[in-house]
Amino acid sequence: MDQVALTRLMRENDCDPGNLIPILQRIQQLEGYISEQSVRQIARMLKISENHIYGVASFYSQFRFQKPGRHHLKVCLGTACHVQGGVHLAQEVEKQLNLRSGETTPDGAIDYEEVACLGCCAQAAVVEIDGAIYAKMTTDRLVKKLKELRSQEALLSEAEGQSLSAPASA
Amino acid sequence: MNDSPFSRFNLLQRQAQKKWVALQNSPQPLIYLGAASCGRAAGAMLTLQAIQETLEEINRSAHILQVGCIGPCYLEPLMDLQLPGLPRISYARVSPEKAKRILRAALLEGDLSPKLAIGHFGDDAFTQQSGIGRFFDLPMLKPQVRVILRNCGFIDPQDIDQYLAQDGYAGFIQALQKGPLGVIEEVKQSGLRGRGGAGFPTYKKWEICRAAEGEKKFVICNADEGDPGAFMNRSLLEGDPHAVLEGMLIAGFAIGAQQGFVYVRAEYPLAVARLRQAIQQMRQVGLLGEDILGSGFSFDIEVKEGAGAFVCGEETALIASLEGERGMPRPRPPFPAEKGYRGYPTLINNTETFGILPNILRNGGQWFSQLGSPGNSGTKTFSLVGKARHTGLIEVPLGMTLRQIVFDIGGGTIKPFKAVQTGGPLGGCLSAAHLDTPVDYENMRASGSIMGSGGLIVLDESTCIVDLARYFLTFSKSESCGKCTPCRVGTRILVETLEKISRGEGEMEDLDVLYKVADTMQRTALCGGGQTAPNPVLTTLKYFLNEYLTHIQGRYCPAAVCTALFEYRIIAEKCTGCGRCVQVCSSGAVHGEKKEPHVIDVDKCIKCRACVEACKFDAIVGVPISYRQPQEVTL
Repeated sequence: MDQVALTRLMRENDCDPGNLIPILQRIQQLEGYISEQSVRQIARMLKISENHIYGVASFYSQFRFQKPGRHHLKVCLGTACHVQGGVHLAQEVEKQLNLRSGETTPDGAIDYEEVACLGCCAQAAVVEIDGAIYAKMTTDRLVKKLKELRSQEALLSEAEGQSLSAPASA
Repeated sequence: MNDSPFSRFNLLQRQAQKKWVALQNSPQPLIYLGAASCGRAAGAMLTLQAIQETLEEINRSAHILQVGCIGPCYLEPLMDLQLPGLPRISYARVSPEKAKRILRAALLEGDLSPKLAIGHFGDDAFTQQSGIGRFFDLPMLKPQVRVILRNCGFIDPQDIDQYLAQDGYAGFIQALQKGPLGVIEEVKQSGLRGRGGAGFPTYKKWEICRAAEGEKKFVICNADEGDPGAFMNRSLLEGDPHAVLEGMLIAGFAIGAQQGFVYVRAEYPLAVARLRQAIQQMRQVGLLGEDILGSGFSFDIEVKEGAGAFVCGEETALIASLEGERGMPRPRPPFPAEKGYRGYPTLINNTETFGILPNILRNGGQWFSQLGSPGNSGTKTFSLVGKARHTGLIEVPLGMTLRQIVFDIGGGTIKPFKAVQTGGPLGGCLSAAHLDTPVDYENMRASGSIMGSGGLIVLDESTCIVDLARYFLTFSKSESCGKCTPCRVGTRILVETLEKISRGEGEMEDLDVLYKVADTMQRTALCGGGQTAPNPVLTTLKYFLNEYLTHIQGRYCPAAVCTALFEYRIIAEKCTGCGRCVQVCSSGAVHGEKKEPHVIDVDKCIKCRACVEACKFDAIVGVPISYRQPQEVTL
């Protein structure tokens, strides 16, 4: 994170270690994840140890320490989704993309997370793709959605004239 | 006198009401769209786009109100149309095409498409005239009483004036008139108990916090709705954020606090946005900040996003998290009401508790105490989900029986009913024998469950009880903060034992392990989380022991969930040979001639369930593994 933005962020939060969580949230919002460099920077400015920051950040499921993919896929495993077969959606993701929760495809296209509850229980089972929640998902519909994502990615790579590594078995 | 808080409020209210009346009597049609998260998930934003396009195509204008969740989520997206001079009419499952059809018919030809309508909000005369029933006469809505949710689905949550027009903030003005002690007395009379689930009398918490010494005091709204399967707080915050904020003002005034926090899950981005906007609007009209409406009372509210830890629903853990620490519970006493956020007296109440307060102050504690049952006054919202026919957000008086909720409101289940899980992952699983239990704090506890914050998950025969217990304990295990051994190690042992049973390796001694560990946790865990975490195991052992025995001794999972304990078979009499199962099978395990009964090759089958979902004739069932002879299988 560049020094100017960081200084502004610290000023907004009164350089108060009590505001560590909002600071981390803001950094993740800006950069997509919490990098080692950011942790070092915050530690210096808040005068707390890097260990302490990792201790707090790793306690909460929101924070990620790896660069996210270009698309974000979340499968809800809340109770209502579990009862309506959410776990089969998670298994399908593993089958289609060879991803487990917290991982990103090797080409950096899609990151994947299993989440506790998205709060759309009456529409279970749900998945979230790039911030939009899709209701009443079945494995069949999920496969179609993943194909759509893949073709979007293909178009993108064509437009940029670069060849992204081939998707895992589709 | 002209500049008293009351006259200033009256002015605000009059302006807002004028605007509201003008909107309701507008010569243009009003379109209400359910645009809460659940509506959006079902496609409400696509419907909105279609509405706007249609209006443009036919060259008409209309007021579009994006309202919160009105309740029957299974009917989303919901679009309501109110033509000048006519009551509002509700249409369900409005796809973009359907929206176009309805709007064209109504706006061009005056045809209300009564066949597509599910209900109207007018009087009986209109029912006769239009052939459409009343919305609140729908089976799901008729037994409900709306107090907390009174504005959800009726006003645009993004406009403070629409809230003010519904007597919004009148409860706070009442509070100013009554004075802090008068407010606490009113809350005492109402009999309100904490809606987070523990049921502690609200007024008592307030009295303790008011009496506590401290140069500063804080009010925290607990909106860290972490129970998977519950979304009442989300719906309230998205549909009527001002009600919760007004409740916080009232509480802050009563205990003498200067600052409030809403601790809300980051997983609810829409609720966070609605809250931030509402707070800004309060500040603009002078209902927040220094010297509110000239009353001398100063109060500010800040939104803090939770970072995803279930344990932060526990009040001391929540405070630790607000202070920038790991969200680990602290031993009580001291209670937060005496020594909380940064060491100052802190009042923490649940979102719904705050949402109720304006109603109590406006209508009186006496009025509220008459709702519900003795000792359990008022109404409570529940998220009714799972295998119920009508899923959604409901509000009922406390003391209503589970049967009324699951069968009258929820419409029962399609496959035979098996159980209902109350209170989230720390609650319990109740069987059909408990259907006549009234839902209140004491009865829920007596049955081994808890009231919790209000998640009700209905289960039918396709749910495996052992798997469900394993699911909840896996959740509790991963969310255990790790501070105390009984919870950290206990949840782990419970999960491993339940997994062993699901794998088909269970022994009778494993049941003893479950009982022993659960008992230890209940007696020795540090916080309520660890003490109640074994509830799903204990209640399922108590009410569904047979199913455990079938898993252990019979080596069979009757619900066809635990993959090691069943195999799929096609019932020849039901199979029409349509071939859908062949199409979806990714491992090539299904064979058969067209129009002839198909067969599953169990050696190739990976039990992914794709064929079961695809089969329209319920012809594919799970049977015990050792049993391969054809026989009648009862569903």
